[in-house]
Formats: sequence, C-alpha cells, structure tokens
Amino acid sequence: MTIDLHGFGPALAAGALMTVKLALCALLLGLALGLLGALAKTSPFKPLQWLGGTYSTLVRGIPELLWVLLIYFGTVSLMNRLGEALNLPGLELDAFAAGVIALGLCFGAYATEVFRGAILAIPKGHREAGLALGLSRGRILSRIVLPQMWRVALPGLGNLFMILMKDTALVSVIGLEEIMRHAQIAVTVSKEPFTFYMVAAFIYLGLTVIAMTGMHLLEKRAARGFARDNA
Amino acid sequence: MNWDVIIKWLPRLAQGATLTLELVAIAVIAGLILAIPLGIARSSRSWYVRALPFGYIFFFRGTPLLVQLFLVYYGLAQFDAVRSSSLWPYLRDPFWCTVLTMTLHTAAYIAEILRGALQAIPRGEIEAARALGMSRGKALLYIMLPRAARIGLPAYSNEVILMLKASALASTVTLLELTGMARTIIARTYLPVEIFFAAGVFYLLISFLLVQCFKLLERWLRVDASQGR
Repeated sequence: MTIDLHGFGPALAAGALMTVKLALCALLLGLALGLLGALAKTSPFKPLQWLGGTYSTLVRGIPELLWVLLIYFGTVSLMNRLGEALNLPGLELDAFAAGVIALGLCFGAYATEVFRGAILAIPKGHREAGLALGLSRGRILSRIVLPQMWRVALPGLGNLFMILMKDTALVSVIGLEEIMRHAQIAVTVSKEPFTFYMVAAFIYLGLTVIAMTGMHLLEKRAARGFARDNA
Repeated sequence: MNWDVIIKWLPRLAQGATLTLELVAIAVIAGLILAIPLGIARSSRSWYVRALPFGYIFFFRGTPLLVQLFLVYYGLAQFDAVRSSSLWPYLRDPFWCTVLTMTLHTAAYIAEILRGALQAIPRGEIEAARALGMSRGKALLYIMLPRAARIGLPAYSNEVILMLKASALASTVTLLELTGMARTIIARTYLPVEIFFAAGVFYLLISFLLVQCFKLLERWLRVDASQGR
C-alpha cells in the first residue's frame, strides 16, 4: 500500500525539521535553566533554595499547554510596552520564540530535579578533596562536580528529551509550522485526517527512535571507564 | 493584575475544573483496568505474547497525545465504516473522544509501570507462593499483583498528575475544561495573563490535593513488618 500525500511530503519534512530545531533550542534553554535551578536548590543559601524550589514546583504543576498559551498570548501587552519604550513598534514574540521559552521552562523544571539528584549522588569526599587541594568553588564545580554529574543525569535527561520532543506538538496550537501544523493544513486540503495524522505520528515515532539511539550512544560514552555493574 | 476579573470568572473556571477532574478520573481508572492485562502480557516470557503489548506501548508512548487525540477525533471520520457504525454518536462527541484517547494513552504508561513493578518483586516471594502449591494464576492474583500495586503506586500517582496536565489538550477539540474555559473567557475579556494565572492556580491546587490523596492511600496500603502473624 502506498500512501498518497497529495504533494505535502516536502511540507511535512520541513515541519519535521522545524520540530527538531524547536526541540534542540528548548533543550539548550532547558539544560541551562535546569542547571541553574539545581545549583540554586543545592546551594547553602536559603533564598536561592527557595527560588529553585518554587521554580520547579510551580512550573511542574501547570500544564505545558498552558505555559505555551500564557507565554505567547500573555507577553503581547508586555512586548508592546517594551516596544514603545525602545521605539520599536510591532515588537512581539513569535511562535517559535514563545515555544522555545515555554518548552525550555518546562524542561528546566524537571531537569532541576534530575540535576539535583545527580549532584547529590557525587560523594561528598570528592568536593572535600577539591577544597583540600585549594581549588576555588567555581573550579570544583566545573572540574569535579559537573563532569561526574553528567553520567548520572544522562538517563533522566534522555527521558525528559523524549517528553520534550512530543511536547513540541503543542506549539502547533499557537501556529508554529511544525509537523502537526503542516499535517493540519494538509488535512484541510485533502480531507484525509486519518492518513495525515498517522503520517505525523510515524514521523514522531521515527524522531523518538533516533533520539533513543542517540541517548544510548551518549550513555555508553559517558559510562566509559566504568565497570558494568552486573558483568 | 486585575483581581476583580479573576473573581468574577472564578465560578466558570471552577466549572471547567470539574470537567477536567471528570476526564482525568475516568481516564486513569479505565486506563488502569486496561493496563493490567497489558502489563502482565508485556512481562511475559514468550515473545509472541509480549509482541502485541510492546507494539501498543511503543506507539502510544512514542507519539504525542495531541496527535493521538486528532487521530481519534478528526481521523476516524475518514472511514465510512466508522461513520455508519452504532458507535458514531460517541466517536463524534469530543468528550468521549478525549476520554478514549486519554485512556488508551495512559494505559500504555501504566502498563510500563506495572511491568516495572512486577519485575521488581523479589523472585523468592513468587517462588515461595509456587512452593506453597499456588497455581500460577493464584500466585499472580494473591501475591504478585498486590505486591506490584504497592511498588507501583508512587509511579502511578506521578502518571495521574501527568494526565491532569495532559487533559489541557482537550481544549484543542473544543472541550471546555479548565484550559478551554480559560481560553473562552480570554476571548471575551482580552486578559490572558489574569485568566491563565487563575487557571494555573487551579491546576496547582488540584495536583496538590491529588498528591495528598495518594500519600494517604500509600500510608493506608503500607504493610508493616510487624503486621500479621
């Protein structure tokens, strides 16, 4: 059986590319936010702990779709005022930027917990050894904590990335031309909703499989030098 | 922040919240029922029993809920067989479509939780049940499933919270649950920040309450070492 795409194949491919771009940008923002959140939550400074805790609790308790809508529609008046102040009329957040911010925010909130767990999994003695050697706090973080943390955090981050990839579909609600949006457009023309949403589903499945393979390779690389537990 | 507007529309948002709760409650309970045979089959030792649930779980975990929802709500209408069937009045209704999709979606996740829980049961306990002369079915019913329920409960409560958040997608198929209601109100008041903020507070409140309920349930189900003879 061949599937007639009514000439929408290239559009769907472009949509897939957009989805990947969106997912990767949101991943970068989310990793940065997650790292900051985890450092805030594990810091000895109370207000910072509170800030990190509030961020992860608040963002994780509210649906991703609500964040997407809130950031896209909620910033219009804010951007308008900013535009007036900067003398840039028509300044607004486009769907891509809103999607990256919303999904990055959500990824970051979950990543905060993953990174926090990973930081706590590093034996205290390693940090103390760094201190004893006279390393500064920043150095201990960048040379001792972070490199070791990645290995522990990687499986959790992989799961989050899988979730993020599927959440990119939500950004079609605010009109970003990713897979779902292109499928919707194709449906209005061809009147074949099942065909096109099924094709979209299989593109997402394909992306998930690619991401899974990538994660597996990364995990293997991160675990080099470690004996297998049950060898 | 325009508080008067929020207070004015609170009753409507609460109305949306009840629909959200309804959707989530049906989906997680029906999903659990569907997940039990799926999870058991998924952890089977023979590959031909495992294959079908594996495919099901792979599809539903690997694709976005939004795609699945559109496949059911818009997609099924493509087939004349569906449109002329007696189920069509239900499959045309956004409420039943959402319930069906959410159930199928969450069943895949719960089946994976159940599989993990079944595999986490110490082998000795299952062997002990078999050594006492229990048949495989009996051991499953009286030993493995109750044990797996306790092991899997925290993960199940996570899944319920995830479904609460996923229910926001129902707004894309015209259902007026919490998010849908918020969008309708915004279309009339042009105050996105206030109304989305209020809806967000509702979600936070519901998830807080759910977490508390599951904590109680966990305490209630806990078997202490000193319990029994």
